[in-house]
Amino acid sequence: MPEITKIIHKYLRHDKKFPHVWCPGCGIGIMLGALIRAIDRIGYEKDEVVLVSGIGCSGRLPVYVDFNTLHTTHGRALTFATGVKLAKPSLKVIVIMGDGDAMAIGGNHFIHAARRNIDVAAIILNNSVYGMTGGQYSPTTPYGMRSTTTVYTSIEQAFKISELAVTAGAVFVGRGTVYHAKLLDSLMEKAFLKQGFSVVEVMAHCHTQYGRQNRLGSAVEMMEWQRDHAVSVEKAAKMKPEELSDKVIIGVLVDKELPVYQEEYGKIRERAKGEAGSRSSQAIQGSRSKEER
Amino acid sequence: MKKKAQGQRELLLQGNEAVVEGTLRAGCRFFAGYPITPATEISEILSVRLPQVDGTFIQMEDEIASLGAVIGASLAGVKAMTATSGPGFSLMQENLGFAVIAEIPCVVVNVMRGGPSTGLPTFPSQGDVMQARWGTHGDHPIIVLCASTVRECYELTIEAFNLSEKFRNPVILLVDEVVAHMREKVVLPEEVEVFDRVKPTVPPEWYIPYEDTPRGVPAMANFGEGYRYHVTGLTHDIRGFPTSRPDEIGPFMARLHRKISQHFSEIQKAEFFQTEDAELTVVAYGCVARSAKRAVREARERGIKAGLLKLVTIWPFMRAAVERLLQTSKTLLVPEMNMGQISREVKRVNRGVAKVYTFNKVDGTIITPEEILNRMLEVS
Repeated sequence: MPEITKIIHKYLRHDKKFPHVWCPGCGIGIMLGALIRAIDRIGYEKDEVVLVSGIGCSGRLPVYVDFNTLHTTHGRALTFATGVKLAKPSLKVIVIMGDGDAMAIGGNHFIHAARRNIDVAAIILNNSVYGMTGGQYSPTTPYGMRSTTTVYTSIEQAFKISELAVTAGAVFVGRGTVYHAKLLDSLMEKAFLKQGFSVVEVMAHCHTQYGRQNRLGSAVEMMEWQRDHAVSVEKAAKMKPEELSDKVIIGVLVDKELPVYQEEYGKIRERAKGEAGSRSSQAIQGSRSKEER
Repeated sequence: MKKKAQGQRELLLQGNEAVVEGTLRAGCRFFAGYPITPATEISEILSVRLPQVDGTFIQMEDEIASLGAVIGASLAGVKAMTATSGPGFSLMQENLGFAVIAEIPCVVVNVMRGGPSTGLPTFPSQGDVMQARWGTHGDHPIIVLCASTVRECYELTIEAFNLSEKFRNPVILLVDEVVAHMREKVVLPEEVEVFDRVKPTVPPEWYIPYEDTPRGVPAMANFGEGYRYHVTGLTHDIRGFPTSRPDEIGPFMARLHRKISQHFSEIQKAEFFQTEDAELTVVAYGCVARSAKRAVREARERGIKAGLLKLVTIWPFMRAAVERLLQTSKTLLVPEMNMGQISREVKRVNRGVAKVYTFNKVDGTIITPEEILNRMLEVS
């Protein structure tokens, strides 16, 4: 068995959970591999990792890996992750979402988790479609494309996930594709090590639903499209906007420092304890004892 | 609940403040919520008090997120709760169902206001009784308590945490807006019974997270304590993994309901007031029960053999308590600040034995003792 396969097997749940639900040729497996390799390189203990997911094809990912795993409601993964992280900050919390999960039903949770700078890593698998329910258009389906609910083509503009994450205040944002697997490995590692809200957008193909309805070919052909249309952040900086119109910019989009929520809340706790005895906070408490009256 | 005379604290408290005192006394150290009248005081005070005791307060982007964060915190081993009112409670139904199926202890306080929709934000109501029972989709067990005094706001908050930890089920505490904003003298007992969830004692490799047990409540491992397992909102097998096998789905659903239904005696609480010889008994809960108590006293003065059953546990419905009334009562009266929610349950249990009358008020004002007394005189 090659070394790379051995690493993956070390983290998989072998009892009862296979075969998996994903279609042959799906990009999720490559994303899962990158995730496991990043965790292995960093050296996290299995016990300290919490993997949280929402609903959809990506939502099924945690069940296969041997961590503390939490498969939540549609779009709400980040809210559960917020609770886990704040209640037990020693845990390393990683959230897996799909494009519909993170951008449509969970869009509000996404921008607020980014704004708060909660220390969780959000991995978003963007395949431009609701795959599990049979290929409906999602917030990242490009204008003019077909799905089972846009048979006359989509008239909506697509969200740009990474750009939205940057604007919402995420301290680390990286975008990769499942074709560029090595880049994905390094983006994941950087995101996991980053203190604060970090995002990795993984561009993936759904040849079964999105690809078939738009006649984009096989999984291999769709991955070749990723190869041909991906431009690194460095190269994109030297290109004109019109040259970039049909391109996907990959690499690290943002890596900055902002106060992390848990550390700031630690300071709040110290202040609260310091002021606990003072009269002002007694008044706020509202529970005046009989003696004081 | 064990009580001790010495070291008691005598306070002038609002119902919402008493909820906060109960929350902290029960050992809750995580609150996530979203501002809403008339529950906001609970958030405001906990934002001051929780960080003082190394707890966490967070204001989320909505009520869906609030309950999500609460469930996450509880999974990480910290007792957690949220507080809201009707519109927010509607949003919480989604994750409430998750807490039921994944069996995550948590407490939701719903300070009821007039509905439907935005309704009457500052006016009292008891309109959420059925929503508390059936608000989230699918067959599910639920425990719902209802406070009628400020002291009960304290006691029942602790009780809500105890029941949720004991049975690994979300517990809803309903408080009328009147009780939430009313100030009363309360003597808080120094010693209260606080129950913490049962953790596994077996080695991690032997741990079966959703194993059936005689009590029906499996031991719960907190995330990060060495027991790695899968938690999902999908119907799952005893190991927590999604299943579509009828021979696993059936027993799971049966246990989920059995863990509550076989412990009614541990869950259900009610107060019987002068019911021993009562021929006309009022069945009430929340602030209406207080008006009813005075009405019963006055009815007795007028020679009517009247009594009161005050429901403290609303769900699971106290069938046995109503059946006990039917031994003497020829008439039952169910006054409610809704169009008749608990009265339907009373009629269902009654099955034609006694005459069941209702008194419903949904104009944003409370039901007064006089109104109940007049109705009693009408039906007796």
